[in-house]
Amino acid sequence: MSPATPIVRVQDVSKRFVLHKEKSLKERVLSAGRNSAFREDFWALRNVDLEIDSGSTVGLIGPNGSGKSTLLKTIGGIIQPTSGSVVRRGRMAALLELGAGFHADLTGRENVYLNASILGLSRTQTDRYFDDIVDFSGIAEFIDTQVKFYSSGMYVRLAFAVAVHVDPDLLLVDEVLAVGDEAFQKKCLDKIASFQAEGRTIVLVTHTLNQITDLCSRALVLARGNVMFDGDPTDAVSVLRSGFQTTIDADAANAERPAQAATPAFDIARVRSIVVDGEHDRSTDQVVVAPDRPLTIDVELDAKTQLDDWGIGVHVDNPFGQVVVGTHTDMLKVPTPSFQGSRTVRFTFSDVRLGGGEYRVTSALFGRGGQEIHRLTEGATFTVRPNSSSYGPIGAAAAIQF
Amino acid sequence: MPDASAVANERAERLATEPWQHAGANGSGLVGFANTVRDIWVQRELLGMLTKRELKARYKDSSLGFLWSLARPLTQLFIYYVVLGTFLGNAKAIDNFAIYIFSGLTIFTVFQEIVGAGTASIVVNAGLVKKVYLPREIFTLSSVGSSLFNFLIQFAILLVAALALQTVAFGWDLLYGVGALVLTIVYAVALALLLGALNVYLRDVQYLVEVVLMLAMWGSPIVYSWTQVADRVPGWLTEIYLNNPVTIAVIGFQQAMWGETSHGTTPDHLATRMLVALVVGLVLLFVSQRVFSRLQGNFAQEL
Repeated sequence: MSPATPIVRVQDVSKRFVLHKEKSLKERVLSAGRNSAFREDFWALRNVDLEIDSGSTVGLIGPNGSGKSTLLKTIGGIIQPTSGSVVRRGRMAALLELGAGFHADLTGRENVYLNASILGLSRTQTDRYFDDIVDFSGIAEFIDTQVKFYSSGMYVRLAFAVAVHVDPDLLLVDEVLAVGDEAFQKKCLDKIASFQAEGRTIVLVTHTLNQITDLCSRALVLARGNVMFDGDPTDAVSVLRSGFQTTIDADAANAERPAQAATPAFDIARVRSIVVDGEHDRSTDQVVVAPDRPLTIDVELDAKTQLDDWGIGVHVDNPFGQVVVGTHTDMLKVPTPSFQGSRTVRFTFSDVRLGGGEYRVTSALFGRGGQEIHRLTEGATFTVRPNSSSYGPIGAAAAIQF
Repeated sequence: MPDASAVANERAERLATEPWQHAGANGSGLVGFANTVRDIWVQRELLGMLTKRELKARYKDSSLGFLWSLARPLTQLFIYYVVLGTFLGNAKAIDNFAIYIFSGLTIFTVFQEIVGAGTASIVVNAGLVKKVYLPREIFTLSSVGSSLFNFLIQFAILLVAALALQTVAFGWDLLYGVGALVLTIVYAVALALLLGALNVYLRDVQYLVEVVLMLAMWGSPIVYSWTQVADRVPGWLTEIYLNNPVTIAVIGFQQAMWGETSHGTTPDHLATRMLVALVVGLVLLFVSQRVFSRLQGNFAQEL
């Protein structure tokens, strides 16, 4: 492999948006004197430096409004930065919206040519790829129908088929990596994989974090126009998750809620906190649990009144919100001792083998008859280091024999 | 895939030798203008396709199709001929009045369509402007393409009629027609670029343009003769009137298609006027493109 060749250089790029509150001539004339009152500056990007090597797949992640789409559009030349410069080389194709430029009144065939041309293919090249495109889209029988009669699935399939047959060195993708039904999505991802094998550079913006860890060789986390993290995708996802927490905290602080609201008043009892036993990683502020150790979760409870007939449950969710493992006192058929004041309940999952990734813990306190008294949703998060011998939602000590 | 890594290496090597280019931005001044022209030239195939798309989509589901594009100018011709020519008696003052009107209308329609459609072009293509990088001038120019197509159809009819009535003859005067067309396109494109860019920021522009275009039509000698103006207004105002590039183009076109045998009087130095107007027009085109390029940086967020 030859030494890395940079394909995109972003140098000290900032982008300011001016938010106008009025649009028409009348309003502008009327407010001409006090123009500044009607405009507001918003920095979508602040002093971003970035160099992307040819052949890499770079993911841009961040909360909504963090500037990742703006950065992508800046690289694509669709938005001009307020200051700084963006240079790139090679052929670029931007896939910011599937079927941008499709005209509803034209047939599929005409739109393929038009769209391919918009993405930079010449007519002869399109002629050469045309059968491949139609074949890939799988809608050959409708190719001479006007696209306004297409189902939305057919529409995106055709659009995607055109997009992946453009022959770019640099592909910019915004949230449209895989479309259609499951079979077609597989086809899309296979195509992306072959793009990567052929040394094409992909820059993608997505909210689907497993795409980042699965596809990218590098990931950037953006927040409020700044690059917060740049490096390994798995770490980036962790940073982003802890960042979400920071954002939520910041939003809460911004809202200046009264202090007592932060710890909501409770009448009977509540789940005060959830603590997962594990080693604390200072750099990412995460609790890290070894994959082969028992999972121990301590739930702290507060009760104002005497609780006699009560129950408690806990469950662990993966980032997709699916319950990975959970249990509760009714299931285990253990009697609960009466208590008042504070008390800690310890749950132990002894032979759990979680796959690498992030998990969130939710616990709920029940009263008589299974009625919920209080629930602490995602009261704790922890990370499981990826197992060195297997991947997937569960971990296993894997071996191969011949 | 055994050769995938070879492909990858080859790509990396090729990229290493390729020069850096600025994303979007295109330099300033003459260099920027030249770069843009080159970019558009590279994309000429797309330009053709966008033009075709516009034409195809316009009358896609109508059974008469392109014939509809003739409905408006022919109706205008009919109204002006009957009302202004017969009722108000202009047909007596101007020989071959129908040809006179129709040649004026034909060239003016080119101007009107390019400016009108060009002004709206960026906003209409907002979906593409926001999502794909192309030289944005292409959207403006695609309206030129479809206007020229309509012009050709009208011109064919005009030519047949002019030949039948023998108002057109093969000679040097035909150059006025070519000059008029070039002049019209240069000014129309310059205005379309400028107004199209402004329209993104201020949507009032497109409504204003409609009104001004109507004014421009009556401000050019299409349904009356320029001498009728010269007889009634002071000399300096006539000069201003005659130096309006649209007026020059209309007169030039009439001279080519109608003037030969119809005892029309052309203003003095029509050829010189045309050349001067053309030079001014080219400067305006350059300035418009620079303004356009300055403003286009924020198109994507303003739309």
